[in-house]
Amino acid sequence: MSNVPADLKYTQSHEWVRGLPDGTVEIGITDHAQHALGDLVFVDVPEAGRKVTVGEACAVVESVKAASDVYSPVAGEVIAGNPDLAGKPETINEDPFGRGWLMRVRPSSTVTGLLSAKEYEAVLAEEGA
Amino acid sequence: MAFIPHTEADVKEMLAAIGVKSIEQLFEEIPANLRVKSLAGVPDALNEMQIGRLMSERARMDGRPLNFIGAGAYEHHIPAAVWAITTRGEFYSAYTPYQAEASQGTLQLLYEYQTMIASLTGLAVSNASLYDGASALAEASLMAVRANRKSKSQRILVPTTIHPNYRKVAAATAAGQGLRFEEVPFVSHGRVSIESLAQYDGQDITAIALQQPNFFGALEDVDAITDWARARNIFVIAIVNPISLALLKPPGEWGGGGVDIAIGEGQPLGVPLSCGGPYFGFITTRMEHVRQMPGRIVGRTVDLSGKQGFTLTLQAREQHIRRAKATSNICTNQGLLVTAATIYMSIMGPQGLERVAAASHARTRELIAALTRIKGVRAAFEGPHFHEAVLLLDRPVAPVLQMLASGGILGGLDLSGDYPELGNALLVCATETKTSADIDSYANALSDAMKAARAA
Repeated sequence: MSNVPADLKYTQSHEWVRGLPDGTVEIGITDHAQHALGDLVFVDVPEAGRKVTVGEACAVVESVKAASDVYSPVAGEVIAGNPDLAGKPETINEDPFGRGWLMRVRPSSTVTGLLSAKEYEAVLAEEGA
Repeated sequence: MAFIPHTEADVKEMLAAIGVKSIEQLFEEIPANLRVKSLAGVPDALNEMQIGRLMSERARMDGRPLNFIGAGAYEHHIPAAVWAITTRGEFYSAYTPYQAEASQGTLQLLYEYQTMIASLTGLAVSNASLYDGASALAEASLMAVRANRKSKSQRILVPTTIHPNYRKVAAATAAGQGLRFEEVPFVSHGRVSIESLAQYDGQDITAIALQQPNFFGALEDVDAITDWARARNIFVIAIVNPISLALLKPPGEWGGGGVDIAIGEGQPLGVPLSCGGPYFGFITTRMEHVRQMPGRIVGRTVDLSGKQGFTLTLQAREQHIRRAKATSNICTNQGLLVTAATIYMSIMGPQGLERVAAASHARTRELIAALTRIKGVRAAFEGPHFHEAVLLLDRPVAPVLQMLASGGILGGLDLSGDYPELGNALLVCATETKTSADIDSYANALSDAMKAARAA
């Protein structure tokens, strides 16, 4: 069973969202997602200042098996992409919910439609994970 | 490979297996009005005996003209070993094989090719080739738009000293994806002037393409222009002749930091002139842009027992994995011509290539000197050239070329179509294949043709 921290929000497409004290959110891919992808060899994160909409492909994670898009769970402006991933993409495999964050976004409106940890666990159970 | 024919019984069995009565039935979905019965202008099929006779009649019509046309495709001596080896059964294929890793020899050859082209251009990585030089410019432009994240404009500067066909092909290929190709006119001396670029200061420009030697054979101030562009976060796409790189500074060393992408036409490396193709294109880049590079890339690795092996790598960029978001629809390479080029380069070696380049340069200087001694002929542009130059005649070029052709000499390319502003301009080229006697023949014939043109 994948690790699904209770204090985060999730999407059907395996992104996680962490609300930060300053009103911005941190976004990454879940432990399940990194496990399914396998060893990551390249990560392409968005530039600060980019405007993203919900469901927009805004980052790419490439493993030895596949290159996959990461979809923004929220609408808003990118504050930062994780600068450490370019040189160390394996950080996502090692610490998907921590040092492996992909980007920080300032939401342009109240964030809705995300899954709780329980709901995401149900999604994983349905996928047979 | 086994030859496996389909007998009538096989075909019947296959049709029965999928529950279809005839092959025709498989195509029933296509409406009758969309079907082509015959192709206009294409004659009926001929049998083997008829086609053999037709082709030998056509072959007899071929001349053996003395050729002084370059303009993007160049006549060089090709050592006999090049095509003797290329056409061996082990190599004789146009394709990267499916299940590529089963063909280690082919992959090793492509790896060697990549190494040689990367080394010639002075950049870190090469792919396994593209279709030709012109489409390589289109691919490089699309790549620049993907890789230059500081620019959003998709504006590509293309000086008119770049081959006209390259500019047309790039625009036709990439304009549909929103790229805008903006022509920068050359002011004088047949070169891009850095002053003419000042108008773009402060604007969002994605890339500038720069051909060296340029379409007129002239040498651009590539260092200054590269520095100008890179200081403004504008990518530089170098278009280079691989033979010239044996003498000239490689694009990886232009200016203070080198270019971002180098492309070019590979034909001069062992591929014969052949009615415009097939030729092959090459593309190289810095390591930081490798994931935006289109096409196949062969890498070297080790197997489970630590032995060297070769493999297709970075395939996650490609269509079969990335689908619509692939870096390019190019997912193959010009295998056969690249095989010839790799063998050509390995036979010539760096010194051989340098001798070819130096001899071509010397022959062209000799040609220009001989031709500009003729009344009514002068050089269009001053300054250094590689193995081509533009001449200006005091009469229209086409009738003069016609007279030369009737004497078995292809005198060059008439530029009046693509560059009417130059007047009666003729682009000429001499490579190492031309002797002093050839140059004398051309000079005498041109002198006669000019006299005849004046008398007419």
